[in-house]
Amino acid sequence: MVQLTLPNNSKIKSGKTWNKPESKGKWKEFRIYRWSPDDDANPSVDNYWLNLEDCGPMVLDALIKIKGDIDSTLTFRRSCREGICGSCSMNIDGTNTLACLQAIEDVKGPVKIYPLPHMEVVKDLVPDMTNFYAQHQSIEPWLQTKSPTPPKEWRQSHEDRQELDSLYECILCACCSTSCPSYWWNSDRYLGPAVLLQAYRWVNDSRDEATGERLDNLEDPFRLYRCHTIMNCTKACPKGLNPAKAIAELKKLMVERRV
Amino acid sequence: MAHAEGGSAARPRPTSPHIQIYSPMINMMMSIIHRITGAALYFGSLLLAIWLIAAAMGPDAFDQVNVLFGSLLGKIVLVGYTWALLHHMLGGIRHFIWDTGRGMEIKTADMLCWVSIILSIALTTVIWLVATGVIGGAA
Repeated sequence: MVQLTLPNNSKIKSGKTWNKPESKGKWKEFRIYRWSPDDDANPSVDNYWLNLEDCGPMVLDALIKIKGDIDSTLTFRRSCREGICGSCSMNIDGTNTLACLQAIEDVKGPVKIYPLPHMEVVKDLVPDMTNFYAQHQSIEPWLQTKSPTPPKEWRQSHEDRQELDSLYECILCACCSTSCPSYWWNSDRYLGPAVLLQAYRWVNDSRDEATGERLDNLEDPFRLYRCHTIMNCTKACPKGLNPAKAIAELKKLMVERRV
Repeated sequence: MAHAEGGSAARPRPTSPHIQIYSPMINMMMSIIHRITGAALYFGSLLLAIWLIAAAMGPDAFDQVNVLFGSLLGKIVLVGYTWALLHHMLGGIRHFIWDTGRGMEIKTADMLCWVSIILSIALTTVIWLVATGVIGGAA
């Protein structure tokens, strides 16, 4: 349901300031969302100052620097630091992206960092992804066949394989889904762009033989059709994929099989 | 697993901020305006209905409604209705193009958004300049 304001326990208070610049250097301010389950306080935004002269170039480098040198309680997910694991997805400077792919110098003014939008917060920048993963599971993201299993692998032509380009690269970071206002208001029933892009990836796979069942599963006023082509998803995707277009193709297939 | 085990785990988790912090991008703003203008058209249709009913009721009622609609406030509302109608119509065409899977690259999509907002304002201006006789017409 549309709820434009945050519930009372989610309203953001101003927080602490850490490491205010005292010496010369290239100082940058990072305003970071904080919330801990271990006390009764509301979420707050803490201000951290870093000298960029001794910090790596990406926002993830800054977060690691803060956790290592200034405030070890700062909590966030990270792993590969090169845009392939999808762990460090968060809202930076008003847009969802991966902290490891976002250069600090591309952000004008203070770097504002929040968890992925409209998610339950576990701690600081860590959102609860349970529902997102359950939705991914619901589209059965694996090859389904009825034909007798071939002695070796399921073959596919080069052309058919190319049909999966710009789909298979998705790393399930959830930047797109949590950028989508429809997903904000209806994540209990709307599958969201990431999961729908995956749904299309399997519908579009020449080897898969469950296309009808897959489309049946999406024939629902919410699961697919809550997409109103707002296009925030495509703008957010740190891998340059186009979930909005994948969803449009799914909608087209729905029409085509009816006429 | 809605809540982790142990400690003060029963404490409800906050919802992370969303529309409060997201960059107001053109595509998102146009989607919101499309909704608002769509709702405004219900009100605008009422105005049209009132005008037609008054016309059917007779010259006195029709004159009264025309005076009301011709007042400064009435004109402002009608200009707003014209713009809402055109904006929503152009938005509809934009969405129709997107429904065919075309024009969905970020640059093209943004361009379509800008074209529809600019065109809606331009067309509203032209319609009202013609309607008030500033251009065309009388000659």
